[in-house]
Parts: sequence; structure tokens; C-alpha cells
Amino acid sequence: MSKRIEVTDLNVYYGDFRAVEDVTMAIEPKAITAFIGPSGCGKSTFLRTLNRMHEVVPGARVEGEVLLDGENLYGPGVDPVRVRRQVGMVFQRPNPFPTMSIKENVLAGINLNNRRMPASEKDALAERALRGANLWDEVKNRLDAPGSGLSGGQQQRLCIARAIAMEPQVLLMDEPCSALDPISTLAIEDLMAKLKEEYTIVIVTHNMQQAARISDVTAFFNIAGTGSPGRLIESGPTEKIFSVPDVKATEDYISGRFG
Amino acid sequence: MTTVSQALAPGELTSGRLPAFVLPTTIVGAAVVGYALAVLLAGGNLAVAVIVGYVLFLVVMEIAARVVEGARQASDHRARHLIVGAFALALVPLASVAWEAVSKGAARFDPLFFSVSMRNVIGAGGGALHAIYGTLWVTGFATLISVPIGLMTAIYLAEYGNRGRLAASITFFVDVMTGIPSIVAGLFAYALMTLIVGPGAKFGFSGSVALSVLMIPVVVRSCEELLRLVPNELREASYALGVPKWRTIVRVVIPTAISGIVSGVILAIARVIGETAPLLIAAGFAASINNDPFSGPMTTLPVFVYDQYAHPGIDVQPYWDRAWAGALTLILIVMLLNLAGRLIARRFAPKIGR
Repeated sequence: MSKRIEVTDLNVYYGDFRAVEDVTMAIEPKAITAFIGPSGCGKSTFLRTLNRMHEVVPGARVEGEVLLDGENLYGPGVDPVRVRRQVGMVFQRPNPFPTMSIKENVLAGINLNNRRMPASEKDALAERALRGANLWDEVKNRLDAPGSGLSGGQQQRLCIARAIAMEPQVLLMDEPCSALDPISTLAIEDLMAKLKEEYTIVIVTHNMQQAARISDVTAFFNIAGTGSPGRLIESGPTEKIFSVPDVKATEDYISGRFG
Repeated sequence: MTTVSQALAPGELTSGRLPAFVLPTTIVGAAVVGYALAVLLAGGNLAVAVIVGYVLFLVVMEIAARVVEGARQASDHRARHLIVGAFALALVPLASVAWEAVSKGAARFDPLFFSVSMRNVIGAGGGALHAIYGTLWVTGFATLISVPIGLMTAIYLAEYGNRGRLAASITFFVDVMTGIPSIVAGLFAYALMTLIVGPGAKFGFSGSVALSVLMIPVVVRSCEELLRLVPNELREASYALGVPKWRTIVRVVIPTAISGIVSGVILAIARVIGETAPLLIAAGFAASINNDPFSGPMTTLPVFVYDQYAHPGIDVQPYWDRAWAGALTLILIVMLLNLAGRLIARRFAPKIGR
């Protein structure tokens, strides 16, 4: 359940404004790839092009190719809804559905898509997803309680459970820990280490230590100045990027000299 | 160098406080003095007593607070007392209407009133059953027409319009519609039905059309606002699960906003249920029960009240009693609707709490 992503000459525009310029990179399966870089450098935008979520913003468009195991996400006739069923996403702020219970939240992908499934199978799936998100023991006695009653860290793991219940090929995480305290962050990092055995994981983070701790590959994005597009400066194995990066700007950013 | 923050000497964090008995004492004192002055100068006029007493109360409290607590606390007291005064003032018409309707409507608020129509009734007796049925039919059909149109327009504006040219012009025309005088809506419905079924057509459904002209803009505006209040994160969460946009709207956005939408619809119903003028034109007037909204004139409660009040017989009292009972019934129907709406809203509201 994991696929390789290859991105070739990707440009992202919001109307006339080019937000991301000429990104070419490969994202390996069963590994964690971290995107780092200063705010506004286009890493979140780039992440959202990997499951066509950027299209939610009016006027956003993309040039270039994103291949998911050889299949172009931007080819003619590709349905973004189908893409998103393959490529799940976890957002910066935990966003459980307020009208649903914990269990309904986990099964939201099934229920909202009207997929028929016997109740016993649904229960099993909910348990599997919650166990997968390291949340089962904390919520198993209150599955029918509202999801919004959980703590922030629990809510975020609930959102991860909701994403992996769809059994996607790839899991995109847009700063999943930036709204959480260190203990919840640790819980999620442990979870990611476990999830990478099955999924391709891409994470955007502002926390350099986090990127260094959990990722196998790190990609550094930067921006020449306000109004100019974000670019991929370099990407490579995390140990290399954090010790002997090829580009001076990467070293400056990582050592805290700017950004 | 000047220092902004001043070092405080011990005890400077405390300031004087008015003792607890001052407020009630001042209220009673001001009331007594105000009443006494009103008796002496205005022959015991109660309104004069209240106004004089209130002003007196404000002045005394201002002085007391300034002397004991200081200028800032005195402003706080003054603002609070002015707001309470404004609140009480706003309650006066409400309480007065409620009291008048209950006390005058009680005379004919009896089982007979709810079991017979005005067919062949001259003088005392008779009831408003035909008008209650009429109100339910006409308002019910108006709701059936307005809610789907209004809600779908709101969905287009909030979810699909992207503030484009079409959405902007729809918003503009909805605003124009909000300002249509209700009598014009009645004339519109009457003219429309005349074109469709021929001249002189007065029937309940025509009244519903008139009311929905008034109701649709209210539903659109309130639903649009509520849909916009639903956080975008929920839409994105749903899209990210591979849920199509229309299903996201139906299963995530609307349920999240449903309690507000229900209240908005109830308010819109309350807005039109008391309309008289357009129904006089479009639905006509009847003294008998008519349960077919598509043929024959139909009377609603406001029209019934108007008719009883404006065209009494020789002995006016039974007519006016019926008018007040009709008004009371109308108020109760709106209250019941509100209550039902609240229950529905609570049933569907987002689950909060732990």
C-alpha cells in the first residue's frame, strides 16, 4: 500500500502569480520525505498539488507532471476525487467533523462516499484505523462521544485515523504537529515511524529537529524574495542535508543563519 | 527620563467600594421620590414617575460612585445602568403587546373559537378554525416553495458562486427583493395567477406565492451567511477523503450549519405569517373553512383579525373579542414554531463538549 511519486517540471500558479517554479523530484515509497523551508516558500502549495487539493483555491492551476507509480495525476480525464482517495491528507489544524462521533469521524470516508459495508466490518475497520493511529486505547470506551471533545493531540490522531481508514497509497501531512504540545508531537512522530512501514509519507514541517528526527529524505525549498516563486533548492538523504548539504543556502537555513 | 509605569505604594492596589446596600436603597429611594414628585406635579402619571425616578437614580449613583470609588468605576456604573435602562425600555412594547393580547384575547380563547368557522355567524359566537387552517395552508405552501429555492440559491452563492458576476447579480437582486413592499408581492401573485387561470382568481396557493416572494430573500440571506460560517477546514477534510463537492455540501456543510438554517427558516416564517395586505389581494376573504388551497378564497389569521376589527356588526364587542383572540392565536403559533425550531436545531446541532 505505497506508491512512488515522481514530479517533473512542476509549476503552480494562483491566477497569474507563479507560486512554485520548476520542481523536479522523486518521493520514495515506504519512507518519510520532509519538506522544509521558510514561510511562503511554496512547500505547502507543492504538497497540496500531490493530491490536487490546491484546486480548492479558485484560479489555482498546475503545469508539469506528477506521476503516481507512472500514472499522471494531471493527465486528461483524471478525476481529482479519485486521486484524493489514493492520496490522503492531514492538515495543520485538527479538523474532525463536529457533527460526528469519534467512530463516525473515522468512518467518514466510507460513510460520506456511501460505500456499502456491513456494520461488523465497519467496526473492525474503525478499530484497525484507531489502533493504527495509536488512539484506540484512549477512545475505545467512548466511540460514540463527539470527536470535538478530544484534546488537540487526540483530535489530530483522530484525523490521521480518518485518513488511513481510507487505506490510501500516500499520506500527506501539512505541518501536522505545529498546533500541538511536545508530548502530542512525540505521539504523532512515533505514529509516523510506524506508518512508514506501510505508506509513502510526505510531511511539511517548520521544525527542523522534527525533520531530522523522523525523515529519510529532506527537501529544502526557498524563495528569492517576496513575490518571486518558491523553488526546490535541493533534496537528498536527511543525514546528508543536515550535515553536508550541497548548497550554501541550505546550510544557512538549517544552522539558523536565516529564515 | 520619565517613567510611564508608576511604582505603587502599599495599599494603592485597593480603592473604595460602594457598600452592597447602596444600590437597592437608591433604587427604592429614587422610586419613592419619583412617585411623590409625579403625584405633586403631574397628577400621579406613572410614566413621569418612572422617568423622574430613573434620572434621580442615575444622578445619585453617579455622585456616590464618584465620591467612593473614583471616576473610572463611576463610568462603569453609569454605562451599566444606562444599558439596563435601555433594556427595560425595549421590553416595554413587548410586555405591553403580550399583556394586551392575553388579557383581551382571553375572552374568546375558548374551545368554540377553535372548533367552528365564521360561516353564518352574525354577532356573538363563531370561531377562527377556517383562519387557522388557512394560515397553515398558505404559510406551509409558502415555506415549501421558499426553502428549497432559498437554500439552493444560498448554496450556489456560498459554495459555487466564487463571488463571480452571476453571484454578484443574484446577491443584488436578492437585496432588491428584500425591499419589495408586501402589497406589491400580493399584486404580483394576483397578476400572475390572473395570467395563468384567468381574471378574478383568489385562492390560497396564490397567497403562498405572494408570501414566498417576501420569504425567499430572507431565507437566502440567512442561509448564505450560515454556510459561509462553516470552516473551510471541514470542506478540505472532506475533499481530502475523496468526497465529491456536492456530497461534501450535503453531508458535511449543511449538517454543520443546520441548527442555524432551521432558526433562519423559522424567522422567515415568522416574518411572513403575520402578513395581511398581500393575502387580502391574492387569497381573498372567506368566512367558511376551505381546505383546498387551489380553489376558492382562503382566510388567514391576520386577515381574520383585520376583518373582525374593521368590519364589526352593530354590537362591536364580540367582533373585537374575536380579533384579539385571533391575534393571541397567531402569537402562540409563532411561539410554537420557534420552540419546535429550537428542538430540531438542538437535535441536529454539532456535538460539542466532552
